[in-house]
This record gives sequence, structure tokens and C-alpha cells, in this order.
Amino acid sequence: MKTTLHRRNVVEILLKNRKDLLVVAGLGSTAWDITAAGDSPFNFPLWGAMGNAAMFGLGLALAQPKRRVLVLTGDGEMLMGLGSLATIGVQKPRNLAVVVIDNERYGETGMQRTHTAAGVNIAEVAKACGFRATRQIRSRAQLGSLRAFAWSQPGPVFALVKVIAEKLPLVLPPRDGGLLKSRFRRALLGERADLD
Amino acid sequence: MKRIDDSWPDQIYKTLKDAGVRQVAYVPDGGHKRLIELCLADKEMRAVVLSTEEEGIGLTCGAWLGGVRSALLMQSSGVGNCINNLGTVSECRFPLLMLITMRGQKGEINPWQVPMGQATPAVLEAMGVVVHEANSAGDIAPTVDAAARLAFGSYQAVAVLISQAVIGIKSFQEQSAR
Repeated sequence: MKTTLHRRNVVEILLKNRKDLLVVAGLGSTAWDITAAGDSPFNFPLWGAMGNAAMFGLGLALAQPKRRVLVLTGDGEMLMGLGSLATIGVQKPRNLAVVVIDNERYGETGMQRTHTAAGVNIAEVAKACGFRATRQIRSRAQLGSLRAFAWSQPGPVFALVKVIAEKLPLVLPPRDGGLLKSRFRRALLGERADLD
Repeated sequence: MKRIDDSWPDQIYKTLKDAGVRQVAYVPDGGHKRLIELCLADKEMRAVVLSTEEEGIGLTCGAWLGGVRSALLMQSSGVGNCINNLGTVSECRFPLLMLITMRGQKGEINPWQVPMGQATPAVLEAMGVVVHEANSAGDIAPTVDAAARLAFGSYQAVAVLISQAVIGIKSFQEQSAR
């Protein structure tokens, strides 16, 4: 079944009225997607460290067990760090969700096909690594329950959302890494951020 | 026969506790065996086993975003796996405390360990990491203490290289018996 989903629409639904949800986005398109949905101090969009978005999310989830942490990343980024799914499966944080926006392409470098275009299924990898629940989504009907799944189902949970491969206008978050780090910590930790 | 001081892993553990470190990520190494066991046994410390060392950079940065201090344990061969991620540490000025047991130094018996071991300080420094070397057992805890202060007090990436002269040279037979 071919997907009918557009990535920006999927991410907008996931992040609408997000309250205190903590979001890490992988290098490239997902960082633009979360920014298109509305920049926030509780966003940590990665401009580097390709392959490590899920581990940033794990570190944050273990440090903040009472807050929900959502990692949004692309198939190419996730493929570079498949081992991190195994590491998350061992730690089993209940407050972590990983959502891979899978367009089967390296979108920033000329839309070359990724492994998922050849049938590699990252949701099955996550399942084998011990994620408590996994989903594969490619239609509007399936999209309906994604938000509740990502926001509140006991984690670690993993969703693979197949989306149309499309080139979209860039919506860039701040580029200064020190700024992104400090604004996130201040928003989350308050004054303690500057004293620790 | 000279008595070998083997209490340095216990001293590192105490130093990490005193520095407020609550999370330790590691890819196992023989030299870190005792320290890893101490961290795993500590209910107040989260010990996270990694599948590859660069995962530990992401984990450590994520933990800092969430207000938790971490340390990252690895062997010198793992430093090579971290290089690109150290760029993110530098750009964001994340504090990073790496405790690295050295291979490929004095008396190494595996030639494949030598190139990365010999390149480790230069590679780290090229990526902006401050390198502290600990060349005797008595040096290690004070060096880790100073490194932790520099890392968390001044938001620096700091690596403590624990010399192979301290860890000792094991034959393959001795290693497999451990």
C-alpha cells in the first residue's frame, strides 16, 4: 500500500498544543519539520551528530523520568544509529517515544534512496530490540491514534510513519548550538540551569 | 616484588560520586571492569551499556539537557568512533567527561591496537577535547577530580587517558581467564 501522508502534516498533528512535551529532532528534514510546527525552547533540533538523535532522547528521558520525550527523526538518520535502538531496548524508559518519518530517501543530499526503499523495516528492528510497542503507519486512518501512542503509551514505543518523498521549503531553527542547549535547559530546569 | 596499587577504580568511583555524576555510560573494557561493577551495584547511579561509543556522546548530552551529570567510559579504540559527535559537543559547549583506558602503548601485544592508541591524544585534541594523562595509579583519582571540575565547572570536553602502564599488560591467555 502506497502512503498518502505528508510529513509536515504528520509532525503538525503530533506537536499541536504540545504543552510540556520535550522534543529531539534528527539532523535534516525532521529538524525543519518540528520548526515548521512552531519553534519552542523545548525543541532540540540537531544540526549535526547524524545517527545519534535517539541517544539524545534516551539521555534526556532517563534524566527526566516524569516528562514525556519524543524523538522525531528520518529513516536515513535512524539507519546510521540502529544500535541505539538496542541500547534503548535494554534501558526501557517508560517516557520515551521514537517516531521515524520514513520517506525512503536522503532528502537533504539529492533524494537518494535509503535502505528502507529496498525493504529494510526499522519498526521490526525496534520490535526485536525490545521496544514495548511498535506501529507502522501509512494512511490517514492509522494516523488518528498516533498522537496518543507517542504521547502516553508506556515506552519505549516506536512508530514508523511512511510519508511521500517530497521536497519542501526549508523552515530553519536557530543554528547556534550553545543557544539551543541553554534555552532548553533554562526552560526545563529554571534557575538551576545556570547554577549546576 | 613491587605491590601493584589496584584501588584506583574504587577511587575513581568515589570521585565521580563526589562530583555529582549520576549516570555512567560505557562500552566495556578490561581496565574499567571494577569501576563498571561498582556503578552497576549503585542504585543511585544509572549505568548504561552502549553498543558503540558514540552513542555515549548523545546519551551524555541528552542527560545534560535534562540536568544530569554523566561520565563516559571507554577504551582508546572507541575514541575513533566518537570523532564526528565531538563536533556537536564543541559547538553546543556540552560538558563531557571521558575516562579512557589506553591500549597500543607500552608493551602492547596486539599490533592492531597500536595505530588508534598512539593517535588518541592527537585526535581528541584536534576535536577540541582537553586531554589529561594519568601515568601512575596514584595520579588517576586526582586527575579525574580535576577533569570533572573542568568539565562541569567550565563546560568543557575533557578526557582522562589512563596509561597502559597502570592497567598492566595481559597476555591473551590471561585476558581470557578474567
